[in-house]
Amino acid sequence: MIILASIRLALRALRRNLLRTLLTMLGIIIGVAAVISVVSIGNGAKKQVEAQIATLGQNVILVLSGNVSRGGFSMGFGTAGTLTQPDLEAIRKEVEGVEGASPEVRVFSQLAYGNQNANVQVSGVSADYLSIRAWPLKSGENFTEQDVRGATKVAIIGQTTKKTLFGDQDSVGQSIRIKNAPFTIVGELAAKGMNMMGSDQDDIVLVPFSSALKRLAGGTSFRSISVQAADAKLVPGVQHDLDDLLRQRHKIQDGRDPDFLIRTQQEISNVATSTSRVLTVLLGSVAGVSLVVGGIGIMNIMLVSVTERTREIGVRLAIGARTRDIMMQFLFEAIALSVIGGIIGIGLGAWISGRLSGVMGSPTVVAANSILIAFGSSALIGIVFGYFPALKAARLDPIEALRFE
Amino acid sequence: MPPIIELREFKKTYKTGEIEVHAVRGVNLTVQAGEFVAVMGASGSGKSTLMNTIGCLDRPTSGTYLLDGVDVGRLQRDQLADLRNQKIGFVFQGFNLLSRTSASENVELPMLYRRPAVPAGEQRRRALESLTKVGLGQRGDHTPNQLSGGQQQRVAIARALVNTPKLLLADEPTGNLDSRTSIEIMGIFQELNRSGMTIVMVTHELDVARYAKRMVVMRDGRIVTDQAVDGMSSAQEELARLDAEQKAVNLAP
Repeated sequence: MIILASIRLALRALRRNLLRTLLTMLGIIIGVAAVISVVSIGNGAKKQVEAQIATLGQNVILVLSGNVSRGGFSMGFGTAGTLTQPDLEAIRKEVEGVEGASPEVRVFSQLAYGNQNANVQVSGVSADYLSIRAWPLKSGENFTEQDVRGATKVAIIGQTTKKTLFGDQDSVGQSIRIKNAPFTIVGELAAKGMNMMGSDQDDIVLVPFSSALKRLAGGTSFRSISVQAADAKLVPGVQHDLDDLLRQRHKIQDGRDPDFLIRTQQEISNVATSTSRVLTVLLGSVAGVSLVVGGIGIMNIMLVSVTERTREIGVRLAIGARTRDIMMQFLFEAIALSVIGGIIGIGLGAWISGRLSGVMGSPTVVAANSILIAFGSSALIGIVFGYFPALKAARLDPIEALRFE
Repeated sequence: MPPIIELREFKKTYKTGEIEVHAVRGVNLTVQAGEFVAVMGASGSGKSTLMNTIGCLDRPTSGTYLLDGVDVGRLQRDQLADLRNQKIGFVFQGFNLLSRTSASENVELPMLYRRPAVPAGEQRRRALESLTKVGLGQRGDHTPNQLSGGQQQRVAIARALVNTPKLLLADEPTGNLDSRTSIEIMGIFQELNRSGMTIVMVTHELDVARYAKRMVVMRDGRIVTDQAVDGMSSAQEELARLDAEQKAVNLAP
């Protein structure tokens, strides 16, 4: 018996008992829809994290200052201020493959322009900062190395801060007060959006780090130094050299914990995605279990169907159906059940993903491979759970089957 | 040309637990092409076992069975299936049509398992031809529950004929039918037999057996009588007689 005829036969048998067919499919439909939507949420989260990591810049290695611990409590990296300007100079001069390096000094302070004011993060950085973070200017220009050397009172303003202080007015050339010191705005940053933690990256003012140390923070150390490697392939080497250099400069003995922390973009992104990956795997396997439960439902109904149709099987055997013909008939029925259920489930899952992304405000990505996997696994479930009932049907004795009431 | 059926010293023994049941204890039977044989016997006489064996649904415990020259005892399950498909047409007491399936699709069923495959158009053509033979050419799209018992049995006969078998095997074909319809079915059998079809029919009604040319009676697993039917009934004449009687009743004041 040709395959096409088997498929036609299976579809007709399923149509004959439509309600039962739909109820049996429901298990697979729900399972597949659950898998598709969970995976799409996971994919969406991953995409989002990747996009945010990319806003850090290209091939960036972050050197964080050591942490202060008081009474056993760590205050977090960057609190000890172990990185200094000589460290920065040394990194620029001695480490090979470094494209640029910028320190960061963070101060939260009151800003004022006219009668408007705002409490904003002011970051002291070097002139390299914008190119390291691949952050274009919307208007005006970057400050220069000269400004850094001279600790000039110039500032670059982020979009959110600019809107707070200036509204729709042009800000470049205006003077704002930071901690009562007048700073001239030389440039306006393009909008960058939220970072991984969900805070607004555009609510910021950048000033030369020298000015920040001298006029705002009052100290000599940096929170961190961002180092950009010239090429992605150079990142591990640069990371290693940075470690060597800083250990040497800070006189850290081998085997001791350093007073700084080096993180590459890849490591940051790994940490950020691993949580969502674990969650996706966990929820995905729960959804997978429901697929298996759906498969058991199919097996159950197929066994009932074989018993109900014992006489039909007897007739088919009597008029010349081979063992394989009967086997195929019932196997195709189970596969049709699960595959049709799978297709409906994929549609439903895609629809749910779409709705979820609207409700949760985060994107969902229905990947082609998750559709293929869902389709393949529902077909597989049909084969696995349809096999035993089909075998039972195919092994019936024709005489017994014909006599069955 | 070999005989259609050749049974030599056919024995069949079933084992139920420790007890051996000798269903058939040595049967010799030869049926030539073109015969119409009625097999009679009480229940437990072994006639069902004989039928199952003739129908290639079962194999002899000992002895040989040649169907159209093929030794059935040596065949595997699937080879038996192919043999049934090509050489035997079954007609059952309970019709055994697939419900909610049209008459023509029921008739097409044996062709579904035909090797090599029959093209779809050819299947439809042959199903219609077969239905026309039993007088149901116009009812191909009716499902069994839209047909009377007699019509259902005709569909079953059409199904049995569609693969042009060597042998038509009927198991109590009139068991579920009223007497007039039974005679109609026998009429179809006699007509098929006249055009050359070999028929073996199991029945426990002597009235029905009298439409056959030859009668075999079984008792306790053996053949006790095997003879030509004396004064064979003609379904055509019987029906004419019934119609005349009916007319007479209607005309009576």
